Amino acid sequence: MLPTANGIKPDHRIIAEIVTTSSSVLDLGCGDGELLALLVREKNVRAQGIEVDDKAIFACVKRGLSVFHGDIDSGLSDYEDTSFDFVILNQSLQQVKQPSAVVQEALRVGRKVIIGIPNFAHINARIQIFFRGRTPVTGALPYEWHDTPNLHFLSILDFMEYCGKRRIIIEEVHFIGTKRRVRRFPNLFAQTGLFVVSGKKGDAQEQNSQEKQDGS
Amino acid sequence: MVKQNNNIGIVETRYYTFAYPPSELELESGEKFGPITLAYETYGKLNSEKSNAILILHALTGDAHAAGLHPDDKDPGWWDNMIGPGKAFDTHQYFVICSNVLGGCKGSTGPSSINPLSGKPYGLQFPVITIKDMVNAQRHLIDDLGIDKLLAVAGGSMGGMQALQWVASYPDKVRSVIPVATTANHSSQQIAFNEVGRQAIMADPNWNEGDYYGRELPAKGLSVARMVGHITYMSDVSMGEKFGRKFKNTKQLLKFSPEFEVEGYLQYRGDNFIKRFDPNSYLYITKAIDYFDLANGKGLREVFRGIESPFLVIAFKSDWLYPAYQSQEIAKACKLAGIEAIYCELNSNYGHDAFLIEVEEQSHLIKYFLRKVTKGYRVADASNS
Repeated sequence: MLPTANGIKPDHRIIAEIVTTSSSVLDLGCGDGELLALLVREKNVRAQGIEVDDKAIFACVKRGLSVFHGDIDSGLSDYEDTSFDFVILNQSLQQVKQPSAVVQEALRVGRKVIIGIPNFAHINARIQIFFRGRTPVTGALPYEWHDTPNLHFLSILDFMEYCGKRRIIIEEVHFIGTKRRVRRFPNLFAQTGLFVVSGKKGDAQEQNSQEKQDGS
Repeated sequence: MVKQNNNIGIVETRYYTFAYPPSELELESGEKFGPITLAYETYGKLNSEKSNAILILHALTGDAHAAGLHPDDKDPGWWDNMIGPGKAFDTHQYFVICSNVLGGCKGSTGPSSINPLSGKPYGLQFPVITIKDMVNAQRHLIDDLGIDKLLAVAGGSMGGMQALQWVASYPDKVRSVIPVATTANHSSQQIAFNEVGRQAIMADPNWNEGDYYGRELPAKGLSVARMVGHITYMSDVSMGEKFGRKFKNTKQLLKFSPEFEVEGYLQYRGDNFIKRFDPNSYLYITKAIDYFDLANGKGLREVFRGIESPFLVIAFKSDWLYPAYQSQEIAKACKLAGIEAIYCELNSNYGHDAFLIEVEEQSHLIKYFLRKVTKGYRVADASNS
């Protein structure tokens, strides 16, 4: 797995630096609430999670977090536009049925969206496929073919190209390798890509939401 | 008070009477009604700030006796597994109140109570009541106990409706809300089942337009109503597990005597119900439930707008009487109204009855939710669960 410092995973550490103090955060696929609890503790955020697993929900409630039992694919439509400052999809986008629809919804519901993905094109994965002829198992993709919750496999470049085509603005990128941050050739050496994205400026969506807010 | 293990021990029902003429309670129908007596029980101690009071709200056939034992009783109150020292509603920490609803028959004023004007039981002279009326009556009791703000209102089924009505009617009197296995408006299917129960009672010749007190009771009608109710409280799986196709003795091909275990069970439950429930109360309370529509044509989010109390909404997967989608609607309205909320759909095979049976997971959720409400919104540093 990825290295941790003071028990805090490096991707969580970076997200805690991105998220602004006292903002509102929706974590999609919040798991046992480790990241949200960190954000509440360090950034005093107003936190809400969505999680499908009951055991994980019990852990969230034990941490004092607010969480909705449901899946990400259908859990976002209830929210109004720009209900949250940040929507987080950390290591969960590849597990939803319709990632593109979820990203669009996340961009509608959040002012900014933080997306963390496991990089399928990491060098270890490439070696395993190319030389060993095996489905890759890496730190960021720790599952075997038969027990993986991941439904989609993408690389850092795939995601960046996707954002470009959809005119999604990538505001920030962070690449994390097996030991440290990766600065060069991230698509080869990063296990995890973290992106802060937002909708296209002057987007009709954003204008709509502004009008709605004014009207309420 | 006697303490045994983690149980409350012996408890006592008390009575509070108010709304004496000319200060009767104005009902939702516009009718003025009084005096009203509410039977209630309390467990634990009210702290000096009076900030630890939790109001427990009972379901259709429940009563004020939610926990502990009455002196000669073998069985404890109806939510005893949830209320007591160290339990979900921890009586070491909280002051727990439960009252029998207006219209009930377990000590609170209802159709079987004596009408002071006639000296006879009200029967159908009793006014039509609603969930809102029940809550308004409880409000008087809470005021009388000197409690300005309840730490939580909590209940399952009709109790959940009262919890929702409480926060909608008195948002500044409620710090948190725990609606379990309930709905914000009664559906057509739910009304339909209640109507079958009511028709069964009214079809019993002994019902006599509700005027049966001191005579033969419409026991068979009430029994059939209860049988229908019991079916809706269970699930296909739980009935299958409990009874299957088992015969009480052997298959004898008798003409319509209860040969199957499930028949025997329903008849036994139905026939015994008359010993503890008034048929007219059943009519009035089921109708109050059917009238329940918190949003009343508006969006539920509009009703919830401005509410700051966090919600813990719990549903059960096998509950087909109050299906999870109805709890999801409550959770959705919380999302839209910006209310901090937890929604959890628990796995259980017990159907609607699960809220009385599935103690462990409900307790976990309620315990930590109440802890958070009590302490403000501080989040635990680490979790080792």
